[in-house]
Amino acid sequence: MQAELAAYSSQSVRPRRLAVAEGLAGLLALFLLIAAVVPQFLAPGDPLAIDPLAAFSPPTFAHGFGTDESGRDIYTRVVHGTQYSLVIGLAATAIGLGLGVVLGTLAGMLGPVVDFTVNRFLEVLFAFPGLLLALLFILVFGPGVATATIAVGLSTAPGYARIIRAQLIAVRGAAFVEAATVLGRTRWQILARHILPNTLAPLFVLATLGVGQAIVWAATLSYLGLGAEPPTAEWGAMLSAGRTYITSAWWMSFFPGVFIVLTAVTATVLGRSIDRRMRHA
Amino acid sequence: MSATAALTVHNLRVGFGAAEPVVRGVSFEIAPGECLAIVGESGSGKSVTARSLLGLAGGNARVQADRLDLGGRSVQGLTDRAWESRRGKDVGLVLQDALVSLDPLRPIGREIADSLRLHTTLGAAARARRVIELLDAVGLPDPAHQVQKRSGQLSGGERQRALIAAAIALDPPLLIADEPTTALDVTVQAQILALLEQIKRSGTALLLISHDLAVVSRIADRVALMHDGLLIESGPTEQVLGSPQHEQTRSMVAAVPADKPRGTRLSPMDSPAARTIPRSPAPAPTATEQGEIVLEAIGLTRSFRRPDGSRQLAVDDVSFALHRGSTLGIVGESGSGKTTTARLVLALLEPEQGEVQLFGRPWSSIAEKKRRGRRPGVGAIYQDALGSFDPRRSVAEILADALGSALTHSRGSRRSPQSLARLTTLLDEVGLAGTVLSRRPLELSGGQRQRVGIARALAGRPEILICDEPVSSLDVSVQAQVLDLLDDVQRERGLSLIFISHDLGVVQHISDDVAVMRSGRIVESGPAARVFAAPQHPYSVQLLKAVPRLLG
Repeated sequence: MQAELAAYSSQSVRPRRLAVAEGLAGLLALFLLIAAVVPQFLAPGDPLAIDPLAAFSPPTFAHGFGTDESGRDIYTRVVHGTQYSLVIGLAATAIGLGLGVVLGTLAGMLGPVVDFTVNRFLEVLFAFPGLLLALLFILVFGPGVATATIAVGLSTAPGYARIIRAQLIAVRGAAFVEAATVLGRTRWQILARHILPNTLAPLFVLATLGVGQAIVWAATLSYLGLGAEPPTAEWGAMLSAGRTYITSAWWMSFFPGVFIVLTAVTATVLGRSIDRRMRHA
Repeated sequence: MSATAALTVHNLRVGFGAAEPVVRGVSFEIAPGECLAIVGESGSGKSVTARSLLGLAGGNARVQADRLDLGGRSVQGLTDRAWESRRGKDVGLVLQDALVSLDPLRPIGREIADSLRLHTTLGAAARARRVIELLDAVGLPDPAHQVQKRSGQLSGGERQRALIAAAIALDPPLLIADEPTTALDVTVQAQILALLEQIKRSGTALLLISHDLAVVSRIADRVALMHDGLLIESGPTEQVLGSPQHEQTRSMVAAVPADKPRGTRLSPMDSPAARTIPRSPAPAPTATEQGEIVLEAIGLTRSFRRPDGSRQLAVDDVSFALHRGSTLGIVGESGSGKTTTARLVLALLEPEQGEVQLFGRPWSSIAEKKRRGRRPGVGAIYQDALGSFDPRRSVAEILADALGSALTHSRGSRRSPQSLARLTTLLDEVGLAGTVLSRRPLELSGGQRQRVGIARALAGRPEILICDEPVSSLDVSVQAQVLDLLDDVQRERGLSLIFISHDLGVVQHISDDVAVMRSGRIVESGPAARVFAAPQHPYSVQLLKAVPRLLG
């Protein structure tokens, strides 16, 4: 009886806790989305406006998150910075995924020779830690937001490609693919209608999780001075600028840092929640 | 009697969580040396009953009973620890899938010795001797050598023997066998049943759990039929099978296809899944003159590469002819090359030698591009219906897609009202209601899935259907309905069928002609009536002898 009760309660508490996390993540995602699309709505000021008199102001009513060394409002900058981080995160994931789909599909569909070649190429990419690969790319093509985005995308591509290839090979051998052949479908029809949808659907979850990671990586590159240039209101760059004053003006690095963490966590929680729903569907 | 009974169960009830109980008051006893078989379809509660007797019903199960005595001692409310000392010693268990029941990384000898080590004072040398004795007793050839093998190195029958050896290691007074032969070939099944019977004769009480009436009728002294958590009928085997009283029992007995002539209905006409289309009258007596040849296999040969690089012949010089409107049954045990033959006939594999001709024209030897337009003429039905459907699609999408292929070739538009009407007709023909259209195959029952599979195969208006084990994963009563359905559509549409199965009873019931396959070759073929009545080849004789028959 007690075991029964325990089993019952542990079953009911878990979904509730999850629902709270999912709800919070949803709200945060909404906030971030608004901040990215219409930042003026949440922070009407100019993120680049200088006010030397108000420099290094700690969080007050006038400046909720404080100000930086030039008196720029940190809150306004954080809100306006959302679009950079979000766009970089999404674009980098899209690049990684796109490249992964192309490489994975080539390897999975075009026979042993292509498969071998692509696999060796992926192994070379895998040999470098992801961030190192991104750094190498930036070394060659110079720093900047666009390069940083492509660099992050590039370094996530091998992982996606591997997963797509494995998934593709599994789906390719599935009975329903054979059934489609028996119905008289062409190879390309089967690829487009059956194989790719069933390969890519599980990847959607992974990509959502990947957005969080891409945002962190992009911020890392900016922090190292290889992404967005300093006056730009980008979280990683702001973090970097605040580093000099970390002992006297903690708010300069604290708030951008919090937002990087929150965005990454939001993406992860949402990704996992989609995953769970798809599994139980 | 109850004082000496090996097992006494009185009013056993088992439920999970807050849901309705799945076993709702079951009572039976088994005397030493007696075999009771509990027979039921999936979901009837038979396995839960068996597991409850071992304290293995699961953590969230509520097991209640007025009496639950094992060897005269109550086992009610035993703790997990107390159960550990009883299992193996007082009661042994044999499960269906020996592959997952044995640890793949440990030699079987060690697996069997485990219970000896835990429950006896035997030393290591004595244990090793006992293990070899046990393996010898269960008929494993060369036991001294086999003890070193791991489960993956043994065949299905050998694994099952090893598992039985482990279960009887401590000589328990009661042995529970849950579907012990379901995964095995008929000839192996017959051997395992003989072994169980021998164990029973040595005085062990045997509780057999099975879905297959014919299998249990061989060795069970008494049969109890379970349905919806209750024992609906029980008694001596001959009595229950010979003159079943309960309606459910009667339909289960009627559903067994072996020895029922071609065209006999296996499922009751008023079953809920019966089709709305009126049935055609009783079949005309099988015509003696045969129709034209629609499909012919000539000397098909195909081999596969083994992991070590050598080639293994899967299909070796196989020839047969399929006549219009008739059914060719291909029967054989696992590994006999039946499925490879089906794939060759469907032109999913290319033969290395020989060819398949369709309507007198080349089929296997032409380019896929040329074949594609003719593919709708050959439908396929698979054993794993669920796996043969794209998991992302609903039934409506699956069928519309199949109809679409037929319509493209007849220059029709996909969303025309005619195609909608054809969708409905198609569903009606296989006895499904329109409500399944919006569902995904995962949400359907096994029988419904196979009906959708048949509907999809019929969508292209085929003249030939290739059925690869189409009813092997279904309950007997559902199998009966699907066999009846195949019989109906064949007659209404004049289809020619190739029916591949390991189940001789099913093949005997549905086929006009039969080909018996073994190790990639057809060892015997001819009219079904002749082959089943007077088999010529020794292997056919052996195979037929092994088929479980009611009251055989």
